[in-house]
Formats: sequence, structure tokens, C-alpha cells
Amino acid sequence: MAQGVMAIAEQRDGELRKISYEVVSEARRLADALGQEVIAVLLGANVKDKAGELGQYGADKVIVAEDPRLDPYTTDAYTAVLAEVVKANDPAVLIMGASVQGKDLAGRLSARLGVGMAQDCTAFSIEDGNLVAVRPIYAGKAYAKVTFKDGYPQMATARPNVMAVNEPDSSRSAEIQEAAVTLDDAALKTKVVEVIRDESGKIDLTEADKIVSGGRGVKGPEGFKVLEDLAAVIGASVGASRSAVDAGWRDHTDQVGQTGKVVSPNLYIACGISGAIQHLAGMSTSKVIVAINKDPDAPIFQKSDYGVVDDLFKVLPPLTEEVKKYL
Amino acid sequence: MNIIVCIKQVPDTETQIKIASDGKSIDQSDIKWVMNPYDEFGVEEALKIKEKFGGEVTVIGLGPKRVTESLRTALAMGADKAVLISDPALEGSDSIATAKALAAAIKGLEFDIIFTGQRGVDEDNGLVGAALAEFLDIPQFSIITKVEVAEDGKSVKVQRPVEGQTLVIESSLPALITAQKGLNEPRYASLPGIMKAKKKPLEEKTLADLGLDASEFGEGARKLQILELTPPPARQAGKIIDGDSPEAKAAELAKLLHEEAKVI
Repeated sequence: MAQGVMAIAEQRDGELRKISYEVVSEARRLADALGQEVIAVLLGANVKDKAGELGQYGADKVIVAEDPRLDPYTTDAYTAVLAEVVKANDPAVLIMGASVQGKDLAGRLSARLGVGMAQDCTAFSIEDGNLVAVRPIYAGKAYAKVTFKDGYPQMATARPNVMAVNEPDSSRSAEIQEAAVTLDDAALKTKVVEVIRDESGKIDLTEADKIVSGGRGVKGPEGFKVLEDLAAVIGASVGASRSAVDAGWRDHTDQVGQTGKVVSPNLYIACGISGAIQHLAGMSTSKVIVAINKDPDAPIFQKSDYGVVDDLFKVLPPLTEEVKKYL
Repeated sequence: MNIIVCIKQVPDTETQIKIASDGKSIDQSDIKWVMNPYDEFGVEEALKIKEKFGGEVTVIGLGPKRVTESLRTALAMGADKAVLISDPALEGSDSIATAKALAAAIKGLEFDIIFTGQRGVDEDNGLVGAALAEFLDIPQFSIITKVEVAEDGKSVKVQRPVEGQTLVIESSLPALITAQKGLNEPRYASLPGIMKAKKKPLEEKTLADLGLDASEFGEGARKLQILELTPPPARQAGKIIDGDSPEAKAAELAKLLHEEAKVI
């Protein structure tokens, strides 16, 4: 009988990522509802010393798999190791982050295990002993409540920034267990030949706590300067609407919306964005939304917690100064 | 070089989604169907590789007859032939079943590279590419913004942006690549292209043609069951900030973000 909630932790360069705390915390809540234990899994090259920390967030046991071939991440090496760990431990539920890495891995792993998988979920619960997940579809134009049939583990990925992180409890510790890694070199067909780091230190939009985003009203690539200035002060990432990206003002990686990134920051400041349905879909799970737009009839105001009807170029510089008072 | 592009037909992104009366699906009336935007990048990349290396581009779609329109669009862009997997028993299939049917259709073909979109902009699963690669036992590269096929046509090097960094990854072919915005600018179908597309081969296959058992597909075979679809939680329009000047509005906004919303 499948038992336990398994949470796949994620690390980069040996450091645990925020999503790891989110999935372990959520796994704890689900395990409590099931009356079962939390098994966290950590893969990488030299990561064992980080494993104990996951216990403070709710893991009862941490399985560590170490091998030089597990750093950096590749789909084939991670899938091979995790498929073995899952089979050996037979968890009832398996969750991981809906990060770029997690979504890739979850897809391949669910196919290998032959189980259903719910991608990019914003809420989980246990009903009648089964995992029930809520996932926005059509980039959030509708929400699907789903559950699982036939087979364990019941697998899902959790959207970054949505699951509450437990207060770490330093008196809590987890049993650390090393997994025997058997990787067949012949089966590892992909190889990371280079890692190009973004030295700007910019936080990816999908993980950002705050986002200042610009649209057509920003008028050109230079116009983003006032957004960058505010973002630098409040520690935000800068996003853009599709029209700003298609005009070539910002890189495609900055695009928020149905054909760009779906984001869930605590604060989303939309500057000169009218609020096309595709854009609204991509940012509707933001917790606090601010719109700054000259046009009082812009649809974005219908979705915003705070609206400023004015020229963004006149509002943003004083706003940048004003927020400094509170920092 | 033989390249396969899997195409999904999805509601146009301008579509307002309405929940159907069964509470578990969307109302399909008044929907304009289009090729999934991410699949367009896959078609474009396949055509570019063909232009350089020669060979053939085959597009494969799955679903009701209307999917033919999206396949014809890809043929008009320059793909050589199309396959439509269409069977009433497929209705309601989940991503794993969809990948299974695509894998069965592809197994009989020669291929070096398969493209899919990084996700369908409808169900947003981003699962079919990975599952298809697994069923074909080939490597997958997801969310790719650059593809370089080696001169000898035997391997590929791709760029994959992952939060805060870009991985350059290499593998031998065959491999599956899921296309992301930034990979290229998809071309439009030209008028001569549209005329030519009408004469290009478009084969239709049922599950039985692919040697598949219909009971493994459709609503009843879903591993992920939909209990309910709901509209997104309603969001009330909030406060419009008053002030005599942009400076006054900025000061009031900063104050509210600090004191009321507590995000600054």
C-alpha cells in the first residue's frame, strides 16, 4: 500500500531553492491530513549537508542522492534516479515545484511511472484519502479541480510563490538516508556543455516577489528606465506585456501573459498596460495589483486593487522616491 | 533530415472561456480555433532545418476533423505532409493518452527531430512532449530558445533558459524539442503556399489504424480526472487613488502599499 508524501527538493549550485521549502511545507500539510510521513528527496553532486534543513520545514526523512552526473540537472539522469527512489519508497503522493526544472522532470517521470500528473497547481487538499489539486487552465481563465485514478504516486507540481512556507523549527530533525545511485552512462544521452549565467542578479518573473511591468504606454525601450528605477528600489523584477515584447522593447523572457509567463508575485505594478485578456490571465494570481494608466477606461483597472489614472512617466519617479521612505 | 512537428489546435488566446453546463468542460460554441502559438515556433524551426539540411517535415495533429485546418496552415507554411489522428474514442483523453497515440503514429515514421510546443495554451499541462519522448525512448529538451543541428546531422545543441541561467545542452539525434517563444519568428502562410497546401498529402488515422486499443483512450481512461471547472475567483475593482497631482497620487499609493496592503 502506497504510503507517505514525497516532496522533491530543488537546489542550484548546492543551495536549496525557495520552491523546496514551499513543497516540503505543503507536503507536511498533506501528510498530516493523511496521517502519514513526509519524505523529502534531494538530488545533486555535493548536497548532503543541506538535507537536514528540510527537516526543519516538515520532512520526517530526507533521501539524498549524490553523484557528479546529477549536477547540473538533466532530465535523463534525474528521471532515472527518481524513478528508482519512487519505486523503492512507494509514496502515495508526490509533489515538486512547477519550476522550469520541476515541470520538465514531472512530465518525464509521470510518463515513466505511468501515472497521472497535475501540472502547476495553486492548491492541494486530501479528499477521501486522495490528492485533490486545483490548477488554473487557459492561463487562469478557468480553474480545474482534479483528482487521480489508477495508480500511485498521485503526482503534481506546485506553482512557485503560492504555497505557504512553514516557520522553520530548529528543534525538528529528519532522518537522512543516502540513496544508492545507479546511473547507466549509456542511457544518459544529454550533456550540459555550458551554463550561461545571468549576471544581472535579476530574479526570474515566475519566482519574483514583486514585479513592475510595462506595456504599450511605456512607448519604447528607453521608457522602461523609470520602471527599472522603481524595481531596483523595491527589489522587483521587470516584466512586459506582449505588445511591448513584440515591439522589440523587451526580451521575450520578460513577457507576462497567456503566451508568456504566468506569475504570482505579492505585488504586481502594471504601468501603461491596458489589460488585454491574455495579459490579465497571466497575472491574475498576483496578490496585490496596482495599475497606472492614463486611460481611465483601461480594463486593467477592473482587476486592480489600486489604480492611478495618470501618466506613468509623471507618477513613477515620485513613487520611487516615496517608497524609499518606507524601506 | 526528417522532422516531425506535433500540432495542437487550441482556442484563440482572445477567447473568453465559458464553463459548459456539465461543469467539467468548456463551452465550445463561439470558439475560434487556432494552431497552438508555441507549435508555430516548432513548425518554423522545422522548416529552417529542412532548408539547411534538406529532408521532409511531417506535421501530426490529434483531435476532431477541425484540426485539419491547423494542419493545412502548417502545410501552407511549408511542411510537406500531414497526419491527423482522429477517432471519436479519443474525445476527453488526458495528456498521457494523447502522447501514447502520437507515439504510435510516429513509431512507423523515420525521424531525426520531433518538435512540440512547450505547452498547449489551453490546458497548460506541458506534458505531452515529455511523455512522447519517454514512449519513444529518446531525449527531450524542453522550453528551447535556440537549436543548432551539427553539420553531420547526427547531433543537436540547444539553449534552455532556466530561472536565472541558460543551459547549453547537447545530445545525439533523434531527440524531441519543445519550442518556446524566442526560438524564431514564425513565417506567415503565403498565398501560393496556401494553394499548394491543398494538394499536399494529409492522411487520416484512427486508433485501430495505429493498432491501439480504444479502451485506453478517452474520458474513461483518464488518470487525471476533472471533478469540476470553475471561473477564476472574482476580483473586485479596487480603489482609484485621488490626488491633485501625480506627486500626490504617488505619495498616497506608496502610503497605501505600506500601511494597508503591507507589501512595501
